[in-house]
Amino acid sequence: MPLLSVKDLRTYFHTRNGVYRAVDGVSFDLERGETLGIVGESGSGKSVTCYSIMGLIPQPPGRIESGSALFDGVDLLRCTPKESRSIRGQRIAMIFQDPMTSLNPYLRISEQLIEPLLIHESITRKAALQRALAMLDAVGINDASKRIHYYPHEFSGGMRQRVMIAMALITHPELLIADEPTTALDVTVQAQILELIKRFQREFNMAVIFITHDLGVVSGLCDRVQVMYGGQIVESASTRTLFYEPRHPYTKALQQSIPSLQPKGTELFTIPGMPPDLSKLIAGCPFAPRCSAAVGRCSEQPTTLVEYSPGHQQACMRVQAGEL
Amino acid sequence: MPEPILELRDVKTHFPIRQGFFLKRQVGTVKAVDGVSLSVARGEVLGLVGESGCGKSTLARTILQLLPTTGGTVLLSGRPLNECSPVELKAVRRDLQMVFQDPYASLNPRMTVFAALAEPLITHGICDREQAVGQVAQLMERVGLAPRFMQKYPHEFSGGQRQRIAIARALALRPQVIIADEPVSALDVSIQAQILNLLAQLVREMGLSLVFIAHDLSVVKHIADRVAVMYLGKIVELGSALDVIERPQHPYTRALVSAIPTPNPDVERSRQRIVLPGDPPSPINPPRGCTFHPRCPYAQERCKVSFPPLATFQGREVACVRAGEF
Repeated sequence: MPLLSVKDLRTYFHTRNGVYRAVDGVSFDLERGETLGIVGESGSGKSVTCYSIMGLIPQPPGRIESGSALFDGVDLLRCTPKESRSIRGQRIAMIFQDPMTSLNPYLRISEQLIEPLLIHESITRKAALQRALAMLDAVGINDASKRIHYYPHEFSGGMRQRVMIAMALITHPELLIADEPTTALDVTVQAQILELIKRFQREFNMAVIFITHDLGVVSGLCDRVQVMYGGQIVESASTRTLFYEPRHPYTKALQQSIPSLQPKGTELFTIPGMPPDLSKLIAGCPFAPRCSAAVGRCSEQPTTLVEYSPGHQQACMRVQAGEL
Repeated sequence: MPEPILELRDVKTHFPIRQGFFLKRQVGTVKAVDGVSLSVARGEVLGLVGESGCGKSTLARTILQLLPTTGGTVLLSGRPLNECSPVELKAVRRDLQMVFQDPYASLNPRMTVFAALAEPLITHGICDREQAVGQVAQLMERVGLAPRFMQKYPHEFSGGQRQRIAIARALALRPQVIIADEPVSALDVSIQAQILNLLAQLVREMGLSLVFIAHDLSVVKHIADRVAVMYLGKIVELGSALDVIERPQHPYTRALVSAIPTPNPDVERSRQRIVLPGDPPSPINPPRGCTFHPRCPYAQERCKVSFPPLATFQGREVACVRAGEF
């Protein structure tokens, strides 16, 4: 049985300007110890997918219209608040993009680090502090016994992200959701943080969902990648397959627009147009208006994610029909 | 090398740190830019890379004289800018324009596209309001926006379109040099490519010189002719973009290049990555000697003594005593 199984998740936002279909029919499975990358541009629904699983969608305006997310047999979308509290923060942890806004500036990091332990385990403050110290050491913060009493502003961006990781991993979760954890960081610091996540993933045999817009980050870290566009998964495959034999036109286009893969001095490949407006109902494939291979029926018939080869699913109907 | 249009000679920008309520004694100095010499030729794209806090944005603002220079000179077509009076500076800025990182913050939300683009034309007395309409329409077409959107406000545009407006505004006065401070960092990959193409096309067609500031080396490698790598206010490596990024010599550039994740799983998993320990040091209290030595995997005793000057090595300039040993 997979650790996490998401089925037909739909999260809509009901606003004054209409209904935004941020996530529209997303299904995927995640095995224990697996690293899954979710790639997409801003507004593709990658973050909302994970926020829905974590129960972090503000309701209203958000509403989970349908779907289920089974985590080890418990439906996270329908369980009681008590059940969800016993899972969230203990068995599933999350780290966010901006460590400055996700740490409480008024509390010393010692308080924030031991909070999950005090809530989820019957442990004394003293023992919790010991665990927190050990964890800070493990994420590579020197002089941890002194620094544990610092406030968040006394750390640099990379250090704060380490503190966040320490806080998320202190309860040894089975699943870590990382929402663009390195986007706000410099490349050299990004390399450090990625190494750190990889190490813990191996040590704890932890499953990781890694949300990013950077295909480069995904390639070294993830076992499997799924590409999202307009609130839907358009392609899902093992990392190697996705990079070497992408099928969906959007995945191909996304790869082609990476500057480092193109010879210098040539015009960069670009995807014409803009991401879809999610407040309008999309009848067909969300990518059809920008797709160079689109035909009439692409914008009329709904798409389905279909297995192309074992472990490789994609949603382009022309590929499914064998035309591309 | 052709006549440089923009030249920096030993430029320094220091900020005093003051403490105390009344007396505000100066207790230290932040050497944000510390002795940078550069030149940009006509029609050339110079990439400026480095991590946050290395002084690349301060350098951009210093070139434009938005910040006073503490030392050294900035020359535009041979004319020293730091000696110009405010009136002269206004004229100089016709030739020297800037594009900022965040098009959400750099456009006035209460000004229509027309107002934003006509403002520099009218301020500099190039044309009056009536003639401006035609000029603005031309500008918008130049950057790939339909002139019929002239009366719209910034919030009605996407990030990529806003960046086009910001570029159009910089182009309005037909400058010779544009300084672009991280113009694509806030944009999605597919939009990034569109803006990079636009900038490359403008450089080609209008004979512009471009100083392109970024932290993403793969973007810089694509667009720049030459690259300068900055660390803690100083240039540590300077040379042709392909040379510097494909065969970096300075240990810092090597680490920077190796830290870029490549979108290629096989390469990514097999290569040896240089992971630098720690964070960049504080520019308030920079380390003695070579400022990079505390993080450098190749540092020796002599690196702690003095900062090595830029020296020519294999067609580029490197500020490292051990250049060529790796």
